[in-house]
Amino acid sequence: MQFMLLFSRQGKLRLQKWYVAHPDKVKKKITRELITTILARKPKMSSFLEWKDLKIVYKRYASLYFCCAIEQDDNELLTLEVIHRYVELLDKYFGSVCELDIIFNFEKAYFMLDELLVGGEVCETSKKNVLKAIAAQDLLQEVSYGDSPYEI
Amino acid sequence: MPAVRGDGMRGLAVFISDIRNCKSKEAEVKRINKELANIRSKFKGDKTLDGYQKKKYVCKLLFIFLLGHDIDFGHMEAVNLLSSNKYTEKQIGYLFISVLVNTNSDLIKLIVQSIKNDLSSRNPVHVNLALQCIANIGSKEMADAFGTDIPKLLVSGETMDVVKQSAALCLLRLFRTTTEIIPGGEWTSRIIHLLNDQHMGVVTAASSLIEALVKKNPDEYKGCVSLAVSRLSRIVTASYTDLQDYTYYFVPAPWLSVKLLRLLQHYPPPEDPGVRGRLNECLDTILNKAQEPPKSKKVQHSNAKNAVLFEAISIIIHSDSEPNLLVRGCNQLGQFLSHRETNLRYLALETMCLLATSEFSHEAVKKHQETVINALKTERDVSVRQRAVDLLYAMCDRTNAEEIVQEMLNYLESADYSIREEMVLKVAILAEKYAQDYTWYVDVILNLIRIAGDYVSEEVWYRVIQIVVNREDVQGYAAKTVFEALQAPACHENMVKVGGYILGEFGNLIAGDSRSSPSIQFQLLHSKYHLCSPGTRALLLTTYIKFINLFPEIKGQIQEILKADSNLRSSDAELQQRASEYLHLSVVTSADVLATVLEEMPPFTEKESSILAVLKKKSGRMSAQEAQKEARQQSKEGVSASATLNNTEKTPNAKVNVSADLLGLSTPPSNQNNTQSNTGVLVDVLGDLYGGGTATQNGTSGITTTNSLSSNSLTSSATNNIKKFVCKNNGVLFENDIIQIGIKSEYRQNLGRIGVFYGNKTSMPLQAFSSSVSMDFQQQSKVIIQVKPVESTIDAGAQVQQMVNVECIDDFEGLPDLIVNFTYGNVPQRLSLQLPLSINKFFEPTDMNGESFFARWKNLSGPQQECQRIFKGSTMESANIKTKLIGFGMQLLEGIDPNPENFVCAGILHTKTQQIGCLLRLEPNRQAQMFRLTIRASRDTTSKNLCNILSEQF
Repeated sequence: MQFMLLFSRQGKLRLQKWYVAHPDKVKKKITRELITTILARKPKMSSFLEWKDLKIVYKRYASLYFCCAIEQDDNELLTLEVIHRYVELLDKYFGSVCELDIIFNFEKAYFMLDELLVGGEVCETSKKNVLKAIAAQDLLQEVSYGDSPYEI
Repeated sequence: MPAVRGDGMRGLAVFISDIRNCKSKEAEVKRINKELANIRSKFKGDKTLDGYQKKKYVCKLLFIFLLGHDIDFGHMEAVNLLSSNKYTEKQIGYLFISVLVNTNSDLIKLIVQSIKNDLSSRNPVHVNLALQCIANIGSKEMADAFGTDIPKLLVSGETMDVVKQSAALCLLRLFRTTTEIIPGGEWTSRIIHLLNDQHMGVVTAASSLIEALVKKNPDEYKGCVSLAVSRLSRIVTASYTDLQDYTYYFVPAPWLSVKLLRLLQHYPPPEDPGVRGRLNECLDTILNKAQEPPKSKKVQHSNAKNAVLFEAISIIIHSDSEPNLLVRGCNQLGQFLSHRETNLRYLALETMCLLATSEFSHEAVKKHQETVINALKTERDVSVRQRAVDLLYAMCDRTNAEEIVQEMLNYLESADYSIREEMVLKVAILAEKYAQDYTWYVDVILNLIRIAGDYVSEEVWYRVIQIVVNREDVQGYAAKTVFEALQAPACHENMVKVGGYILGEFGNLIAGDSRSSPSIQFQLLHSKYHLCSPGTRALLLTTYIKFINLFPEIKGQIQEILKADSNLRSSDAELQQRASEYLHLSVVTSADVLATVLEEMPPFTEKESSILAVLKKKSGRMSAQEAQKEARQQSKEGVSASATLNNTEKTPNAKVNVSADLLGLSTPPSNQNNTQSNTGVLVDVLGDLYGGGTATQNGTSGITTTNSLSSNSLTSSATNNIKKFVCKNNGVLFENDIIQIGIKSEYRQNLGRIGVFYGNKTSMPLQAFSSSVSMDFQQQSKVIIQVKPVESTIDAGAQVQQMVNVECIDDFEGLPDLIVNFTYGNVPQRLSLQLPLSINKFFEPTDMNGESFFARWKNLSGPQQECQRIFKGSTMESANIKTKLIGFGMQLLEGIDPNPENFVCAGILHTKTQQIGCLLRLEPNRQAQMFRLTIRASRDTTSKNLCNILSEQF
């Protein structure tokens, strides 16, 4: 996988993860183009499209679009399920996840993605194991921050 | 504001809320700027911030960055967080680094130590954090720093499973940057054996790594085949309860299955009959399962199951040796063609394209022709229709060509604009390839122009003319048909072009009929003349002079037209010139001379169909199919590929192998040159005929100067020296009567500074002066070009300088475009040049002795690493050659080659991502005035790129 983007129905980017190096300018250009293309598509259309020499796989969950760019010999259907697994993980962690959870806890969304995918490839497909890893991280946080100091 | 989980940062949440409450973009920017100022002052302040505060501010910066704003500070604070002993601070530090630090930032040096510490931590959570960060950045520096640690971590018995998983993928990411990172030797077998690991997660991650390694070096890893097959077999036969959490919606380990099937596609079918039988059993089982009723109604179940199925079909197609499996796969896909899931229809159409190229399943695919044609008519999603077009194209052969072409023509009338051009190309190719009767071919192309004239590219109509000129039997028909087509009240300009050309050559063949007498032909063409663009008019003028030769009886009528003010005094220089030259020609020459000058065009040389190359270039997707075909072609000798139109007809009984492509489809895409030379033939011929060598025709090496209104004389003396700059850094790039453009440049490592000097040679100021530099999209990420602004006015006789800073990121091809716009005496001028920035500018010469030269030479013996060219040279002078080689940037190594006539050089190309070692050998053959140039480079494609650049210099 080359990159993953999460954006809202209004075209606001909520999360971006790049597995290949591009200058910021190019990233912004790609993002803009893809958001426009995908938002223009109708619901019954296929979840796949050709874009430059990449394949784009996307799926909409409530108000959020999840969009992945994969290479020619990657499997489209299974990429849809990578997205689904990620959504399931977010859902399990936040308890019926919504766009706001991802906005306010974007760092968590990133940490979770890092457990699922490393370097753009699937690292751990077991939901149980990913959640275990995240729980282990949270535990470390609890240890170092019994009570967080109050401040603005 | 939703609840903040765990250790949430309240300040951050408040800030995010504020941003969300902003009513306008301006308010948001204002709020952000306020926050940035606040954070900056906190970071600069004397009060030392505690870890929590640092974390919070870094997190805010991250959020601001993700909103799309640039962040240029805070990096040091993030780096500090890495070494925090509080996990949560460390984690945020890593996140900031991963998201914000570019692969090449200097900061990387600073973080290496922190990462090293975490990598050797006893806590697997810390180790994983470090590994994920390395994988996220994935730069060469990372590979250098951790290239030894990570492989050890991967195969050590003490490493925990979760860490192994990350380590495998981290290594994969670094391998993509630097292939040398994989140790080889005994490591090979240890890595392969990860496929036997107890832990499914480890196997999944490792199989991704191994797949990448196999792609690069199949021989070394071929031991993985039998392991992969037995692992696959265990999964396929497992019940969904066996694999516990690795079963996904009742499908056992779909990710691992797909990876293993993908891995096996890098090898031919296993030779060991046992392994091969096992693999076929697996594929059989997968196909059987597809027929079973679904275990769940959820789309996730069907997706995962079918993902495995498609990958299985893909490997069946790849091995192309089991007719039974191929046909079964095809039938399965046939069912999907009418499935209610759009995604499945899409993929079925796509995969069937590949099946159509196999001789075993081609006929099975053809059974679905009707469904596919129907898809073209009823699918609501254009990308699905596009797939249907592709499939029709792939399944087309001699037996169904007429029907398929007709259906595609029908569809073209209502097709989406986005796919029309490609469809036109496809129809044109099919019609050409399968024409048994060339009258049909002519009809199809003329229909194309009628239905979708705007999308008929030059190549397509050039091609129909080439074919008509080359085939005597169709010329009369073509003349008659274009004549009829031109009678339509509104006909497309392309039709006028084709009609004009064909009647000019073969109008005499239909002139006997009183309904298409010479005078009527002429009047018909001329009735379109005023509606056409200058280019078409120029073509028609040539038709007219040809008419004067063919039909002397209408000479007077035509001379009147040539004399008309609108032609003889046309504001278009080309038209003016043609009108006057043709008029003069018709007046002063005898009929004999005229007949010789305006003789019928000789046949065009047959090469690869020019349109085919255009199609290949147009759609990257096609190339996968073509590659497949090509691979197939090579494996089955016997069918010679590049038969041309002429001999398709001569060999009607030749075994029409379905995968045989008579137009040379299987020639590698690098043949794009053919397109140029092919269409070039036509252009050149026309050019000559039209009095070639006029100012506008001389299109010198890559420069086009268009001055929309000004007279010709301004550009006639233009000189463009772009080629010379490959071997030098300073000099005059371009010069005409108005402007001189000079270049002064210097390079160090992967950086360069180019000064562009614009000198106004006239006594008037150049106004609205602007220039822009751009690289084409594919290359633009490989070289960063920063252009300083330039004054908008250049006074008479003055010179201004523009600085361009460049940074080479990666091996790039081609030169950046330099577009210069200005007005001179109220006439807008546009110069379309190129900036002399070629990859060789980033060479650092390397001195070495003979021994190490030859050792390195031998090391770079991969087939991709070497590129060789043989070409004719204009200069054989030793001193000249030396100057050029030194100018090229490499170190000239004397006394190394046993033959003193030869030259060898060595150098390192500096790019930001890597340093590419390059060696060169140039062997002149003075008798033959030929050179043989060999370049070897440590990176694929670089040697070819360099060869292309250097071979043009002699």
